[in-house]
Amino acid sequence: MHWPSFFFLLFGGFACLFAVAVVLASNIVRMAFYLVLSLAATSGLFFLAGADFVGAMQLMIYVGGTMVLLVFGVMLTSQSPFVSMRTSSGQMLTALVLGGTLLFVLSFTAFHVPAWQPTHRPAVDPNTPLLTATPIGMALEGYRVDQLDQPDPRIRQGMSGYLFPFIIISVHLLVVLVGAAYLARAKRRST
Amino acid sequence: MNFLLANLLSEPVGVAHYMVVGAVLFTCGIVCMATKRNALGVLMGVELVLNGANINLIAMGSPYLQGENATLGLDGQLMALFVIVLAAAEAAVLLAITLNFYNSAGSVDIDQADQLRG
Amino acid sequence: MDRDVANSLNFLLDKLTGLLGRSVPEDHVAGHLIAAFLYVGLLLHLVAVSALVFIWMERKIAGRIQDRLGPTRVGGKFGWLQTLADGLKLLTKEDLTPTGADLFLFRIAPYVGFCASLGAFIAIPFAGQDFPFVAQHLNVGVFFVLAVMGIEVFSVILAGYASASKWSLFGAMREAAQVVSYEVPLGLCVVVPVMLAGSMDLVHLGDKQQGWFTNWYLLHDPFTFVIFWVYFTCATASVNRAPFDLAEAESELVAGFHTEYSGLRWSFFFMAEYGSMLAVSLLGAILFLGGWHGPVPVASLLGLAWENGPVWGYLGNLLGMVNLLAKAVLLVTVMIWVRWTLPRLRIDQVLTTCLKYCTPIAAAMFLGAATWHMAMPDRVFAGLLQAPEANRLLAEPSATPRLQKGGNL
Repeated sequence: MHWPSFFFLLFGGFACLFAVAVVLASNIVRMAFYLVLSLAATSGLFFLAGADFVGAMQLMIYVGGTMVLLVFGVMLTSQSPFVSMRTSSGQMLTALVLGGTLLFVLSFTAFHVPAWQPTHRPAVDPNTPLLTATPIGMALEGYRVDQLDQPDPRIRQGMSGYLFPFIIISVHLLVVLVGAAYLARAKRRST
Repeated sequence: MNFLLANLLSEPVGVAHYMVVGAVLFTCGIVCMATKRNALGVLMGVELVLNGANINLIAMGSPYLQGENATLGLDGQLMALFVIVLAAAEAAVLLAITLNFYNSAGSVDIDQADQLRG
Repeated sequence: MDRDVANSLNFLLDKLTGLLGRSVPEDHVAGHLIAAFLYVGLLLHLVAVSALVFIWMERKIAGRIQDRLGPTRVGGKFGWLQTLADGLKLLTKEDLTPTGADLFLFRIAPYVGFCASLGAFIAIPFAGQDFPFVAQHLNVGVFFVLAVMGIEVFSVILAGYASASKWSLFGAMREAAQVVSYEVPLGLCVVVPVMLAGSMDLVHLGDKQQGWFTNWYLLHDPFTFVIFWVYFTCATASVNRAPFDLAEAESELVAGFHTEYSGLRWSFFFMAEYGSMLAVSLLGAILFLGGWHGPVPVASLLGLAWENGPVWGYLGNLLGMVNLLAKAVLLVTVMIWVRWTLPRLRIDQVLTTCLKYCTPIAAAMFLGAATWHMAMPDRVFAGLLQAPEANRLLAEPSATPRLQKGGNL
């Protein structure tokens, strides 16, 4: 048995199953619960693909942060407990047909690009542990440890890493924080 | 299509398999965005879409799945990181908008958000 | 590491089945499954048994603090088996579900919490050196533990929402606000040891503090000494222990998020709570208190190291595990002591503590520790001593060749 494949099937299956459950559920908190399971399974896929840091980040930010925020929002806005808004079956049918077509096209494409097919000589043996946090941290500080042997000197100059995007993201987060706090602030009714 | 479950257990998986999972998540997210009437449901659809994209980025960057020179390398992981962080920011803003909308309209049904209709 | 364990199990199986004229190849499914069940079983036992012990300890300590005796009858003079008797009583209780509840979410919520609490133990090492005692050696161990423990809040929220009770909902809302805010200073505190060691690998973090207690990150400089207490405060808050147990404030909310729970399901919430108390204490012990390297390096003084042979190495690891667990239990005891000493805070006081005190202090201490580390990179014990050669030369596993080689990471 090839263990990475087995775990891929396990996590991938869970991710897909609960993603479908999100679509089919009508109660918003149940949707959130299925979404959490789907996202957690996705982080399992990340761990499997050797991206430990991103997987842990996914668990921390998405599952621990964003989803809690979402459920918090649900609790603040629901009028009666367990409110569910139904979609008419005609709309649902149209969406499912369109979605099915999209899914077919996407999977068809995925299996017809030769570079994406399973390779029997991967770059790194799946049993080697990867070091994920250090290169990411250094790349965010503008130093690409994975591109040291880039032969083209012109490209090597452009390999200054992700310092600039990182700064932009930080400022963006700050702006969002202030903006969200301003928007959600309880307004005093002027009578 | 050489997509057979039988030899999936004994053969290594490739980027294509990850992409199918990504595609399923993406499609579910799109359908979710299109059909849900609850504003927070739409937000959950957006999260699913972003995750579908993330799976693709991670799979393309994974050295376990592709040959020596074909991988996206570290770029895939970094882009996925940025997506996750931006998704958190987007969720916060959308939540604030939803709360505001709820305060003015008394509901989170986005079909009722039609006050700007001419 | 567990591939080696699985293969040694397969080797054993091969020898055993060899008597029957069969053979088990390397990398066979059986060895992997046995190894997995072994690890999970051990961790499950650790969580469950520690919950039993901690509940007994809690009752005993609470009794002593309040000038009572605590449990005295079940299992002899000290009431050792009190928790077991409680558990048996809980098993036989009726399992109630409120009429208006969302049954599926109501039923599943305690298990979500317990799984999150247990999941954190996967990446926590119990001994280091060359062959660490750890279920899954992750190079982002610290981060993983924090992330998985962050999921636990979800169980409280689900329980509070699904109970269809005002008390539960209030408890859940408080919990959500509290835990999401406390993750910020907690993360800032944890970053300091990570920065000092230059790694998020828990095994590496522990081994960087090997030797005498002078090498502990707690005593590395004044800033880390302060930040340990900030970490401890935030950890107490993030596992909902008093004085931060707003989610289950008996005086205002009946029992908060678990008002509607009874029987075994209710006890799962408690297992999760005590499990995560142990997890944050273990994490604190590894990050700041030297992990499995004691105040006195008994193991290395006795020559219990892997280079002297596997038996000595194993004994050294066992000693390290006992050492780490002792430190963690000490921290848990302090948590219990704090619970029965301080009054519960109000929700606004809880958030003030987090946002106006813990976060700025943690940020300032982080800056201070970074500056100190830059000014005196090789000194320990408040800069008084030179860091031992062995600690300085300790490199993150698998780091050096890969970073030097470059190529695809």
